[in-house]
Amino acid sequence: MSDCTVVCEGLRKVFAGADGRPFDAVHDLTFSLKRGTISALVGPDGAGKTTLMRMVSGLLKPDGGSLEVLGTDVAADPQAVQNRISYMPQRFGLYEDLSVQENLDLYADLHGVPQEVRAERFRRMLEMTDMARFTARAAGNLSGGMKQKLGLACTLVRVPDLLLLDEPSVGVDPLSRRDLWEIIEQLIASDGLSVLVSTAYMDEAGRCDDVLVMDHGRLLAQDRPQAITARAAGLTYRVTPEPGTPARDLQARLIDAPERVVDAVPRGGAVRFIRQSDCPADGMADLLQGRPVEPRGEELEDAFMLLLRQHDAPKPNAPRDAAIPEIRLAAKEDAAGEAVIHVRDLVRRFGDFTAVANTSFDVRRGEIFGLLGPNGAGKTTTFRMLCGLLPATSGTLEVAGVNLRRARSEARRKIGYVAQKFSLYANLTVRENLEFFGGAYGLRGTVLKQRVHAILDQFGLDGAAASGALPHGYKQRLAMAAGLVHAPEILFLDEPTSGIDPLARRAFWRTITSLSQSGVTVIVTTHFMEEAEYCDRIAIQDAGRMLALGTPRQVREQAGGESVDDMNQAFIAIVEQGRVKGRSAA
Amino acid sequence: MDRESGRALPPMLASVLGWLGEVAFLFRKEVLALFKDPANRIILFAPAFIQTLLFGYGAILDLQHVPYAVLDQSRGQAASELIARLDGTGVFTRQATLVSANQIAPLIDRQKVLMAVTIPADFDRKLASGGNGEVQVVFDGRNSTTAGAAASYVSAVVRALNASRSGGQGVAVVRRAWFNPNLESRWQIMPAMIATLSMLQTMLLAALSVAREREQGTFDQLLVTPMTPLQILVGKALPSIVVGLLQSTIVMLIVLLWFRIPMSGSPFLLYFGLLCFNIAAVGIGMTLSAFALNMQQAMLYSFVLIMPLTLLSGLLTPIRNMPLVLQYATYVNPLRFGVAIVRRVYLEGAGLGEIAINFVPLLAVAAVTLPLSAWLFRHRLS
Repeated sequence: MSDCTVVCEGLRKVFAGADGRPFDAVHDLTFSLKRGTISALVGPDGAGKTTLMRMVSGLLKPDGGSLEVLGTDVAADPQAVQNRISYMPQRFGLYEDLSVQENLDLYADLHGVPQEVRAERFRRMLEMTDMARFTARAAGNLSGGMKQKLGLACTLVRVPDLLLLDEPSVGVDPLSRRDLWEIIEQLIASDGLSVLVSTAYMDEAGRCDDVLVMDHGRLLAQDRPQAITARAAGLTYRVTPEPGTPARDLQARLIDAPERVVDAVPRGGAVRFIRQSDCPADGMADLLQGRPVEPRGEELEDAFMLLLRQHDAPKPNAPRDAAIPEIRLAAKEDAAGEAVIHVRDLVRRFGDFTAVANTSFDVRRGEIFGLLGPNGAGKTTTFRMLCGLLPATSGTLEVAGVNLRRARSEARRKIGYVAQKFSLYANLTVRENLEFFGGAYGLRGTVLKQRVHAILDQFGLDGAAASGALPHGYKQRLAMAAGLVHAPEILFLDEPTSGIDPLARRAFWRTITSLSQSGVTVIVTTHFMEEAEYCDRIAIQDAGRMLALGTPRQVREQAGGESVDDMNQAFIAIVEQGRVKGRSAA
Repeated sequence: MDRESGRALPPMLASVLGWLGEVAFLFRKEVLALFKDPANRIILFAPAFIQTLLFGYGAILDLQHVPYAVLDQSRGQAASELIARLDGTGVFTRQATLVSANQIAPLIDRQKVLMAVTIPADFDRKLASGGNGEVQVVFDGRNSTTAGAAASYVSAVVRALNASRSGGQGVAVVRRAWFNPNLESRWQIMPAMIATLSMLQTMLLAALSVAREREQGTFDQLLVTPMTPLQILVGKALPSIVVGLLQSTIVMLIVLLWFRIPMSGSPFLLYFGLLCFNIAAVGIGMTLSAFALNMQQAMLYSFVLIMPLTLLSGLLTPIRNMPLVLQYATYVNPLRFGVAIVRRVYLEGAGLGEIAINFVPLLAVAAVTLPLSAWLFRHRLS
């Protein structure tokens, strides 16, 4: 077995759950990884990917089974293994007050890299990461994508026998993600690295030699990406919605029929879906309502969703998968089409740095409006100004007909806000949280009681449960419920899907579709470009400027090129065009 | 409760009620969050209880059981009487009866005794012949406070001896200490603890309140509600003030019922003073909290402040002994005026008119810190 880097048999790890009961974070894993290959570890949240990574790197002791890394039993001699591997955890420990160069020096010292090879190695890493210009800058002042690249450079100050990367691209925009993978692939080609990388992106997994699909601590499949993709052969279709209706309405109808449809997502103005293999190809005429259907080529993501659904089927109570019931809110439907958010020449400066420059757009009632952009593009600043968390430097900003710069309190009454990470009071119960936010928005007495009761029902929440101990999916539902308890006209969602898995993302967007159908306007920021397909209109920002504004189709057309279907490509093209224009103008 | 079904209220009153209602929701949330945690329930009250007892027994400046040595070379009747009087005060405990002067130094060096009294061989003879007898006392000056206090006790004993020998002739001082008849330092310290001990925790509590929410990300969620900074300020400051008053009550009950120090003044005035004092202390805490980016910073700022606040409060050391600059600095210290109000009301029974001047700096501190913290809520950018 000397041609293998990792060999494990019957590997187990037990943790205590949120409810105090032990559960298997990793359950009976048996697999091996070949030397000189790059293997992807994919799976939803809580699948056990990080636990496995930490066991391979000798940071966690297995509770059962055997685990050999580079020919050594990790549990017996973790140091011997750690001397030969490099591990980049999800949050890499950069020293934010040290400069880029000092961070590199420090990690070279820690790993005992000899002085004579350092200069050459640093030069190469800085060149690959395109950071040679920034060596003097403090790591804390780098953007999210740059930090991740520096983390990778620090991990690779020496050439390891095995490289472990735990979700290196999480929270990183498509441009930085592409750069990151170019670096990894160059290193594999030049240094013959063996890599195990966990990822939430199927396009990344598709680039690897070997894919391991995990869920609930179990290994569902291990194979070449092409072989895994083939599992969805013959089950994949594309359907075009009725002109003038958003693709997400048709998508919602399809995903609500899980006994016939494995998965459905809007893509390129159409809806892609996967048929359940036991459902006849012509058995869903009522769902499609005569819209034109054509078969399409299967992709890795299709096979992944198929595997997850098959595996999940025996456990219908799995929290993240339970569909959220139809949401009905008392929003005005008569005034559809009228602008509820009106932004003109909005500017925000921090000192002499312009975070948002001359931005203008409108959002109409009932629209789902997406704010997209790379890390540090100004979308968070724009978002915070829209919901009144940050005063604008200049410009006009009207929300629900109220000038946000003058009557902020009044404008805030009409909006709901869901923060990026769970930010409700963890030691209060679900009901207490909802009652507090209802009260803060001016609901009183019986009205408040009814609203809290209704929203608990709608989101399938238990009022007496402690908020802090809820599973992740339920926490997000509670956050949404708290943002909706006062029946706002506009809902702001800040990166609601960052760090959640594909299944939970679909459940989340299903809820958003319902909200929009009931007349609520939704403003959402996201890193996942394919989620732009759920939006009526999107705005792409970079370096504080608005680069594109329109429907997903218009934005794809603006990007040009042959990749009309792929929002990721369109995004990268638009940002790059924008940067070229910005440079030639300067 | 149900405003919809009730009679229509005048718009002004309705908006005031709505305003207060939102504050009440925040207040309720704060109190729930505070008391839901079993650890908090203990931390908020047990330390006040334990610290009061600790200060009551530990922080006593009165001398008791001072170890001393005596070298009686006279062995006369007057010398014996002096020694008997020293032993009889209850302040001094004789550790050693020496026979030679070179025994003194080792005893003091090794801190076996605090003072050594030497009665020379000619003491009785001089007194008998109508002259002045001299007694030499060596003190351990390493602790000047204790040495000074012991010296004054010895002088008092000698004065008493003189008076009895002269048959009551001469000038005698009749002492009467007002408000603290036995001049017990416990009487001086313990009522002041009613303000001091509660301040330590209310300030910290206020300092953590906003910082905790900033750290956990809930503060943004709070800022996007229609609540104004003033409402958030009131809703967040009130629980800290209430906890502060509860703590003061615990300390006061122990001082009154356990240490049996009688209260001369009006409890209403006392509580009014404590309320104003707490508002000022919470104002400082809220400002630290609004300024801090996380709980660690808020905690650090509070601990850095608490030491000088306590030192410059006049709690243990008289303010008029301090350099002029420091005396001016005490004017922004709410604890100085809190201690003054509590002492004067509790021990002296002072009325509002007599202590009114102390409220001015307290309210001034509150008038600056509270609006400042409300402004910082929205303008402190992370």
